[in-house]
Amino acid sequence: MIHAILFVIMIIGGTALLSWPLGRYMHWAMDPGAGRGKGNRLTATFQAIGGAATAPTQDWKRYVVSLLGFNVVMFVICFAILALQPYLPLNPDGRQALEGSLIYNTTSSFVANTNLQHYSGEVAMSYLSQLAALMWLQFVSAAVGLAALAALARGLAGRTLGNFFVDVQRATFLVLLPLALVVALLLLLTGVPMTFEGSAVATTLEGVQQTIARGPVAAFVAIKQLGTNGGGFFGPNSTHPLENPSFWSNVLQTMSIIIIPMGCVWMFGGIIGRMKHAAVLFTVMLVLMGARITGAVGFESAPTHAFANLPITQDVGNLEGKELRFGTAAGPVWAVVTTSTSNGSVNAMHDSLNPLTGLMPMIGMWLNEDFGGVGVGMINMFLYIVVGVFIAGMMIGRTPEYLGWRVEAKEVKFAMMGLLSHGFFILVGTAIFAATPWGAATLNNIGPHGFSEILYEFSSAAANNGSGFEGLGDNTVAWNIATGTVMLLARFIPIILPLAIVGSLSVKRRATESSGTLSVEDGTFAGMLTVTVVIVGALTFFPAATLGPIAEHVMFMK
Amino acid sequence: METLLSSVRIALATMLVCVGGYTGVVWAVGTAVTPQMAQGSLITTADGRVIGSRQLAQAFTQPQYFWPRPSAVDYNAAAAGGSNKSPTSTDLTDRASKTAAAFGATPQNPLPAELAAASGAGLDPHITERAARYQAARVASARSLPVEAVNALIDRSAFSPGGILTPDRLVNVLEINLALDKTALR
Repeated sequence: MIHAILFVIMIIGGTALLSWPLGRYMHWAMDPGAGRGKGNRLTATFQAIGGAATAPTQDWKRYVVSLLGFNVVMFVICFAILALQPYLPLNPDGRQALEGSLIYNTTSSFVANTNLQHYSGEVAMSYLSQLAALMWLQFVSAAVGLAALAALARGLAGRTLGNFFVDVQRATFLVLLPLALVVALLLLLTGVPMTFEGSAVATTLEGVQQTIARGPVAAFVAIKQLGTNGGGFFGPNSTHPLENPSFWSNVLQTMSIIIIPMGCVWMFGGIIGRMKHAAVLFTVMLVLMGARITGAVGFESAPTHAFANLPITQDVGNLEGKELRFGTAAGPVWAVVTTSTSNGSVNAMHDSLNPLTGLMPMIGMWLNEDFGGVGVGMINMFLYIVVGVFIAGMMIGRTPEYLGWRVEAKEVKFAMMGLLSHGFFILVGTAIFAATPWGAATLNNIGPHGFSEILYEFSSAAANNGSGFEGLGDNTVAWNIATGTVMLLARFIPIILPLAIVGSLSVKRRATESSGTLSVEDGTFAGMLTVTVVIVGALTFFPAATLGPIAEHVMFMK
Repeated sequence: METLLSSVRIALATMLVCVGGYTGVVWAVGTAVTPQMAQGSLITTADGRVIGSRQLAQAFTQPQYFWPRPSAVDYNAAAAGGSNKSPTSTDLTDRASKTAAAFGATPQNPLPAELAAASGAGLDPHITERAARYQAARVASARSLPVEAVNALIDRSAFSPGGILTPDRLVNVLEINLALDKTALR
């Protein structure tokens, strides 16, 4: 147990410390402020690259239209590359054409920063598809999230939102690219392959042929982890020894999952000029995530139930679907971290986690705000803040305010629509697929665990996460179209609505904060926000949780 | 229209830098600094035949070799994967009881759980030190070696993957089997 505790402290504590300087840097990179410093000279470069539409500052509607326009171009390019795969170069293993609904699902998935994968990378994708379609989107889709957060923060600071086309380049070239390069080079040292040669064919010591898929993995994995993307180069993601070869590659990759989402909180605080408020938000997020990590590590230390009456030792935790080189706590820690953020990569098979361990990642995806996806996690938290200050204001009979902006019915309606759409996509989708052969015919496990497979899949799509209970046979037309569409809606609704809220706030007169204002920098606010998150989450999802993981636990784990 | 034009220009610029430039740099460094690992850590014989990858499990079924953990994909390194069975699944019980029987496990000498549980990708190259010792007697008798010699080889092969952060020492199955074959030749 002491090893597990040390491991958690190293990963979470270390990343939290590193996120502070990173967040300060991200603040400078995304929002260098006025003046003639280096940051603003770069703006001229980005305007030269982007052309006419990069010049004006945009109101929230212009910003959203630009964001959506860029995403349309992302979608078209990725769709075209995947559709034309057999005719394009860098295909040493001769990967064939993909089925239409799978192309739709995969493209939606990578555009939406989700990386739900209904294909297996080493079976289906050429190196060109992996790099120019999927890895490219791993960069720019994460950049879109960062841009949206920067715009939101500027609006809350009482300034104009900026220009999307400049922001998305700042995020790509100044934040994601240098970090990805550092992580990719470190991954090389841990033994991750980086080659354009096709599969190797080995003859094993016992004389059997083994075909070894490989490829340009290191470059891909770095941005997959950093951009809360999560789509693996290989089918089984970072459980694959060539994608995650050692204890130290696993440490590096776990930290890479969460460092930018953590940095986003500090960046937000920097832009609105309220670092103490950011520290409060950071603490709330850390507590919510820490609770799930504790739960997951604890639940997963129970031995594999299926081995109970066999001549098999029962003194280690559940090792089905886990790799030995990462150590015992690494699987549950990663499972929580990857679903706290909207990353969705895995280093252990979530389908094979103990029932209540498997509930922890689901809760992460249901709340989807601590620390959440790159940029969008903090934006989701903003929705909870709007609801939280509104409830607090109602309870004590004061006008609800956030950072001096009066929060009124219209803003709260938008925030509730954002939060409730999340539950709507998950619960309605799960209900339809659990009741029809679309879902029921695709299960790998029976009983409540089968229900969990469907629930997890829709949670993952709606949270733009991308992990799965991978036993689910999800490469069907019904699954591809349903989750593909949910991913797109669940991506853009929680970006558009918060920007609309800021647009609605910013035309109001901003009050100066006084001693009568509810502080957003103290423990009361932290408590209120935590309670809001937990209550909204529990009211929405508890019934579904009882039908899946909780039922399975009660049936078997007593 | 301006929106679309700027979007296309930025798409091309990011494609050029993040796909062309970035991938190229990582590939060049990998080829120059870690060429062996960049190719997939392949192990070859003196005459250039590829035996496998140091990082990937391969099937071992003969008694004179150490056996790796079970694989849900039969050690297919071109389509890796796990069982994705719930730990409460009876399918898992059936599979594990077959595995336990293959190892000759008894209630008095139970199989270490890591040898009954399939890994995430089905390619875990390692077993724990105790899982290796569990097989030492079988390997020794199949090779007519003293069991002390096999245990000594395990001592030399076992390593701690994360220093003080990982209490269990591990053994790379392919590497120890190669070492066994070398011992036999001597």
